[in-house]
Order: sequence, then C-alpha cells, then structure tokens
Amino acid sequence: MATFKCPGCDYLFVEERGDDHEGYPPGTAFESLPKEFTCPDCGVRYKEDFEQVED
Amino acid sequence: MKTYSMEHPELGIISYTDKKRYLWLASFFMPLFPMMGVFAYYASGSEWALGIPLFFSYVVIPFLDWGLGSDENNPPEELVPQLEADSYYRILTYVTVPMHFVVLIAIAWFVGTHELTIWSVIALAITAGSYSGLGINTGHELGHKKTELERWLAKVVLAVPTYGHFCIEHNRGHHTHVATAEDPASSRMGESIYKFLLREIPGAWRRGWAVERERLARKGKSPWSLENDILQSYAISAVLQGGLLFVFGWIMVPFLAIHNFWAWYQLTSANYIEHYGLLRQKEESGRYERCQPHHSWNANYIFSNLVLFHLERHSDHHANPTRRYQSLRNFENLPELPNGYYGMYILAYIPWLWYKVMDKRLLELPHINGDLSRVNIDPDARESIYQRYGQGQMPAAAG
Ligand SMILES: [Zn+2]
Repeated sequence: MATFKCPGCDYLFVEERGDDHEGYPPGTAFESLPKEFTCPDCGVRYKEDFEQVED
Repeated sequence: MKTYSMEHPELGIISYTDKKRYLWLASFFMPLFPMMGVFAYYASGSEWALGIPLFFSYVVIPFLDWGLGSDENNPPEELVPQLEADSYYRILTYVTVPMHFVVLIAIAWFVGTHELTIWSVIALAITAGSYSGLGINTGHELGHKKTELERWLAKVVLAVPTYGHFCIEHNRGHHTHVATAEDPASSRMGESIYKFLLREIPGAWRRGWAVERERLARKGKSPWSLENDILQSYAISAVLQGGLLFVFGWIMVPFLAIHNFWAWYQLTSANYIEHYGLLRQKEESGRYERCQPHHSWNANYIFSNLVLFHLERHSDHHANPTRRYQSLRNFENLPELPNGYYGMYILAYIPWLWYKVMDKRLLELPHINGDLSRVNIDPDARESIYQRYGQGQMPAAAG
C-alpha cells in the first residue's frame, strides 16, 4: 500500500487508511479514485498532481 | 514583540517581527461597531444614531484605507511555518465565533423590545447582517483549516447567517473552479453585481449541496443523514433563529430575513470584486491551468485587511488556501484594486461607476493586455464589449 501527497498543502492520501470523511474506505487504491478527484483539503490540486511518497 | 527567525543555508539569518501582531486584537473589539448605534441611541435618544455603524463601514473604512494606506508587513516565505505554528493567532479566530451569536441576539433583543420606526428596524437588520457577513469571513478562515476543531467552529459560526453550505461550496467548488465561466462565485466582465447575485447565491447553494450529496453517497449515506455537515449547521441556525422568533415575535421575520440576506450579500460583494473578469486558460488536456496569482484582485490596505483577516491578500490565499491569515503575503505586480473591499463594495453597487473604474484596469493587466479572449465576459455583454474594446478582435463563438 502506498501514500500519495498533495504538493500544494501536504494532504496525505494513505491507501491503507483511506479517507473516512470523504467516503474512501481503508484499502482504497489511489489509482481507483475518480478522475475528478481534487485534494480534499485545499481543493486546488488534481489527482494527477499528487506525488507518491516513499514509506 | 515576538520575533521569528531562522538560520537559512543560503540567506543566513532571516528574521521577522509581525508589527500587526497586537493589531489583530481588533477582532475582539469588532462587535463594538454593530453595537455602537444602540449605545449612541441610548445616549442621544435619536433613532438617527442607529445608522452610525453603517456610516462607519461604508464611509469611514474606505477613507481609513485611503488615509492609512498599504500594509508594509510581509513575512518571508521561509518563516511562514513558524508563524503558522503560533497559536496566538488562531485563538483570535476562535473567540470571534461566540461574539457573532451575542451580537445577533443583542440586536434582536433591541428590535424586539423597543418601539422603532421601520427605517430603524431595517438599519439594525443591515447592521447585524454586516457583522454576520464578517462571521462568514471568520467561517471562511476557519473552514479552510485542517483541524477538526476549526472545521467545527466554521459550521457553528456559519449558522448565525444560515449559510452552512458555504465551506463545502467554497473549498471544493469555488477554489477548484475559480476564474472560469463555470464558477457561479466568479463575476464576469459586463455583469452587474445585481445580475451576479442571482447567479451566485443559488449557484453556491446548489453546488454546496451537490458536493455534500456526493460525499455522503460514497459513504452509502442518505443526504438526510446526521453526518451531513450542511444540515448540522442548519440545525444550529434553526435553534438560534427559531428561538429569536419565539421570544421576540413576528418582528423577527423581516428582521432576520434582512439580516440573513445582508450577510449573504456581503459574501456576494466580496466574490464579485475578487475575480471580476479574470479567466484561467484551458490547457490541451482539457483541464484549466492552475489558479495563478493574476487570477485574483488584491487590496493591501492595512485597515480593511485587519477587519477581514487578510482576505484581501487574495492571490496568496488562492495559491495556498489552507494557509493561515497571519502568514498571507503581498506580492508586487498583482491585479490591484484601487481601494479596500468596503470601498469597492460601494463602487460595485453603482454598476456604471464600477465598469468605468474596473474595465480599463482589467484590460490593462499585463497578462490580458487588451486581449478580450483572455477575459471572463458575460455572454449578454459580449457584443457590446467587443464593439467598445475589441479594436477589430472577433468574439469567440459562445460556449
Ligand atoms: Zn491540497
């Protein structure tokens, strides 16, 4: 499982954890997020802007 | 006064003292302004005194912006993390939240228990509405933050003017779509504020609900679930405003209607002037270019920025929406408004004067330089704007 980071505001999408508030259950693959996904915190970075971080 | 400093590998020691640190305490005293009219009424016995707060907002503040001028404080980017970590600033935003409840209740009490002319009731409703408009501004500051507490406080303060859908609509709608024709919260060249109002208020409401409905659907929940962030805020509104109606009777119906409308209209006014005519270009991928500093109008006046938690440093806000107010920065060569927000609101309320001041300013921006294809234009005004400013340019097909 990997972690992806918003380059604008450092929001982390941890696949293992998902994002409960946003309705993405634990184990959600970043890849499987909708293509219109934008950063839930800042709203200005698109899915393709996110960077995978080393764990 | 507190000084922030660090040893930078290339620049050596950088330090910064926020000269405005204690001026931000102004937010503590802000409730005195809406109450000033009531105090002056008791002192003088004249209902004319009730107009003082409105005179202050719309006449005195623009003059103070003009007279006190620009804000020279600008923290170096490197020290922003230290400023962000200083909890002093965020506490000031927390304490304003209960004050919004106190002021609305106090003014409602005054209206409900005194024999007043209809004009005084209207003036007081507008006064209370302007202060609740500042509540939307506080909700805006809090709602952009990542902590649970701040997001909860945002829902609470937005309940005062019954605007609980704002944070969702703003963070996920406006910030994503700002300065595009699709955004109901970005005004277009040739669109008057009165026309914008009819697009902005319903558009924001629909988009806020759409975003929240989708989120709840992903969780397998109905929009009527108690987890609905909008409904939670509306529930507080219902208790507050229902309670005022119950205690003070029918006079609260027009009073609260005007109060709510005026608070929303403050937000409409801010939205109207913040991105007027500015347009992001579409990239080949079909996405819009990321919001750039030149996609927001700014004002760097010291006084109105203190009232508005630095909202007027708007380009940095759109570049870094989660950044706290004390660390927002001013930059050179940004689209710049000729007065602070309150002065610009008055200008916006007189459309011919607004166009006269702003249209030229808009077209002279370096990234536009007279090229109307780079301007967000009201489709109904397209013909006349091309005739007037087009110099032979052809209007693009509507779309
Ligand atoms: Zn982000």
